[in-house]
Amino acid sequence: MFKFILKRILISVPVLIGVALVLFLLLNVVPGDPVTLMMGEHIKPDLIAMFRERMHLDDPVLIRFGRYILNALRGDFGVSYKEQREVSDLIAMAFPHTVKLTLYAVLVSWMIGIPSGIVAAVKQNTFIDRVFMGFSLMGVSMPVFWAGLLAQFVFAYKLEWLPTTGYYSFRYYIMPSVVLGWSSAGTVARLTRSNLLESLRNDFIRTARAKGLSESAVVVGHALKNALIPVVTVMALQIASLLGGAVMTESVFGIPGLGRIAMKAISDRDMPMLQGTVLFTTAIVIAGNFVADVMYAFLDPRISVDGAG
Amino acid sequence: MLEIERLRTHFFTSRGVAPAVDDVTITIPPKSIVGVVGESGCGKSVTALSVLRLVSSPGRIVSGSIRLDGEELLTKSGSAMRAIRGDRISMIFQEPMTSLNPVYTVGRQVSEAITLHRNVSRAEARDGTVEMFRAVGIPEPEKRFKSYPHQLSGGLRQRVMIAMAMACRPELLIADEPTTALDVTTEAQILRLMKELETAFGASIMLITHNLGVVAEMCDYVYVMYAGRIMEQAGVFELFDNALHPYTSGLLGAIPRPGGGRRRLFNIEGMVPSLLGLPRGCRFSPRCERAVSRCHEEEPELRGVAGEHSVRCFLYGGEGGAVS
Amino acid sequence: MADFEIDAAREVTYDESVSKSLREMLRKNKTSAVSLVIVVLIRAAAAAAPLYLKYNPNKHSLKERFAAPSAAHWLGCDDLGRDQLTRLVYGARISILIGLIPTSLSMIVGTFLGLLSGYAGGRTDFWIMRAADVVLAFPSLLLAMVVSYTLGGGIMSIFVALSAVSWAGTARVIRAQAMSLKEKEFVEAARSVGVSDPVIMFRHILPNCVPNLIVLFTLNIPGAILNESSLSFLGVGAAPPSTSWGLMVYRYKTYLMSYPWLAIAPGVAILIFVLAFNFLGDGVRDALDPYMKD
Repeated sequence: MFKFILKRILISVPVLIGVALVLFLLLNVVPGDPVTLMMGEHIKPDLIAMFRERMHLDDPVLIRFGRYILNALRGDFGVSYKEQREVSDLIAMAFPHTVKLTLYAVLVSWMIGIPSGIVAAVKQNTFIDRVFMGFSLMGVSMPVFWAGLLAQFVFAYKLEWLPTTGYYSFRYYIMPSVVLGWSSAGTVARLTRSNLLESLRNDFIRTARAKGLSESAVVVGHALKNALIPVVTVMALQIASLLGGAVMTESVFGIPGLGRIAMKAISDRDMPMLQGTVLFTTAIVIAGNFVADVMYAFLDPRISVDGAG
Repeated sequence: MLEIERLRTHFFTSRGVAPAVDDVTITIPPKSIVGVVGESGCGKSVTALSVLRLVSSPGRIVSGSIRLDGEELLTKSGSAMRAIRGDRISMIFQEPMTSLNPVYTVGRQVSEAITLHRNVSRAEARDGTVEMFRAVGIPEPEKRFKSYPHQLSGGLRQRVMIAMAMACRPELLIADEPTTALDVTTEAQILRLMKELETAFGASIMLITHNLGVVAEMCDYVYVMYAGRIMEQAGVFELFDNALHPYTSGLLGAIPRPGGGRRRLFNIEGMVPSLLGLPRGCRFSPRCERAVSRCHEEEPELRGVAGEHSVRCFLYGGEGGAVS
Repeated sequence: MADFEIDAAREVTYDESVSKSLREMLRKNKTSAVSLVIVVLIRAAAAAAPLYLKYNPNKHSLKERFAAPSAAHWLGCDDLGRDQLTRLVYGARISILIGLIPTSLSMIVGTFLGLLSGYAGGRTDFWIMRAADVVLAFPSLLLAMVVSYTLGGGIMSIFVALSAVSWAGTARVIRAQAMSLKEKEFVEAARSVGVSDPVIMFRHILPNCVPNLIVLFTLNIPGAILNESSLSFLGVGAAPPSTSWGLMVYRYKTYLMSYPWLAIAPGVAILIFVLAFNFLGDGVRDALDPYMKD
């Protein structure tokens, strides 16, 4: 098990460096001088030169990248042009909001996706199958921000059940979590359905039936555990798409999370801010992948025992 | 004790109806081992699954009757049928590798059968399981209780399957190719075990196999199946001494001989016909070396020849059919 | 050439069985059939727009600002008095284009790199796959955001951004397929008679990836359409006057509380189109599954 974890970490590191390099190159060919962006249009040319020197902007790209990586490893993502604060501080402030939103959304997506997938598989190719899959797929099929706006219109404006925007209590998180979670429920439902169908074709399902177990005991007790183990790995994919969706959800619902600051960085053309946020978010996705792999190994006795032995 | 009468189980596929079991009548008396033999795809497994009413879609039991101690099984409710499965009739399958759930311990899977049918506590079910493990010859049963299937050898897994099937002392054990996936030594051990259990627990066994060698060793009475039909049926000694149907003779020619390894001395030419495109006349006629023109025109009835021996072939008995 | 004849014969039966499976799927799976009809109808309605629409999508009419849905304007008018239904139909053209172009682009690139990776193996394979790992590690929307930002926004940068994020998935699938096909007898046979590597890759291996490509295509298009709408919403998407459904939602969200139909209609259009594609994609995948395993 330890070896397995070590191996997975060793795979993740070069990917993360690659991600940082791609980001750095993309953002360093962007038109516009960072100093003017930071100081405003009317700055004197000698001041520009001084700042360029201080920020090492005239060094070769690869040297700057090396410096950036070394700093990033120590948790230093540079200073935001716009806010004049450490990017890492801003990320640290935003991150908890995004974590909260994403975790709620994962729960919602499982609460919708897993039961829908189960019902759809048991009633395969019937009207009920289509209804449940349709409901789950609807979430994937609409723009998250539009669903959010619509939810605000109906539940906050018309019915006045829930607050529109903000992040002050659990009530504020209900709409954003449901909207965001629904957007990935379809993926969970698809996977649950296809895995369960495959699992139900196994020989041991026949054994369970021959034992005299009821159909629901067969599905829940014998087919489901096998089917849900791979669903865990989807969590990693989900984290990627949820963090992407969080950009939209956060901006619609006024939650000051990572997505919100990434978006603000784009409109402010605040390069260190954008770079830091995207790099950090991607690192989270890679970490999520890693956790999912380890959990998979942990849940499946065939892998964990072999690894230990 | 178990009477299968004129059973028809058909598969309704998009390309037509496949009569996997077509008018099959099998009787399994108490405390006996009855063999059902045939090549793969001849309908033996579907017959077995029909008894438990576990034929899955698109297959369906179309007509017939299956009675256990005179009770009709085909009209029983779903829950009444579940109460019978695993308790009065249980089944073991060909592939001990895949027939056990990989994510649960074998102990849990066996005791599940006990708690399901007996009103016992978890601890009692556990003791019952360990005792059953001991009865089927699993070494260190206490320790094995906590093993996962992938940690056991094929032979041990099949012993677990047998323990699971025997856990509730069923009246009838259906064994579907129980030793096909095992090596020869393990096969012999498992067969001996089944025979011992039959005597010890007084259960009847319906043994499904393609291997007439296994039949010779185990069975009292034999049914030979081909393309959904019973072709010949007889007591085991009668069948081996006096096989009548050309198909049975072909199968007998394919038994591995001692010393000869598994080399086939005789092969039946051709393949089992697709159930969707059955030949006219006798279903075996396209492969039969002794077929006459009539065999390609009409299908013979299953006809008694002597005592408990019946055969479905124009070569024997009937009006003017014998050409031998 | 004998090997060419064998090859041609094999391809024909293969193509026929793929299209036969798809036809059978459409016959049996009503949901997918209905979805296909919806997709085709929307495509046709968008293509034939000038033939039946009486308004100009960009014609302002101040006295009809925010006109409610009526017989003259079925879906009302927007803040500049433009007919909403007309804009919706013209928006469909851009949205469909945005679904098709980046998907096709990314699939061409992904297929080529995947074939190369799987067939060549070794170092080529290693570097292409590490690049794919990197791209797949990004949340796709964030990467598209950054690429679009770097290129300065507008419809071309959308095309590039959306292609840049989705080639990697295609490359991985095609690579796996190429690797297994490389070991098949017909490839060995072709190689043994001296057929060149590019010919083997494109004439022998590529045709066998067709089922995978069909499935990837139907499943990638809805993703591209949704991502475009998100990019538009974030202000790095298509620029006016060319309008897409995503841009329409973005533009009209300001009036959601007072004139809700303006923002609801384009969202519903996206929902119907993408949902239909998703159902179609699921059906296609189920139908072609057996071809993708060998």
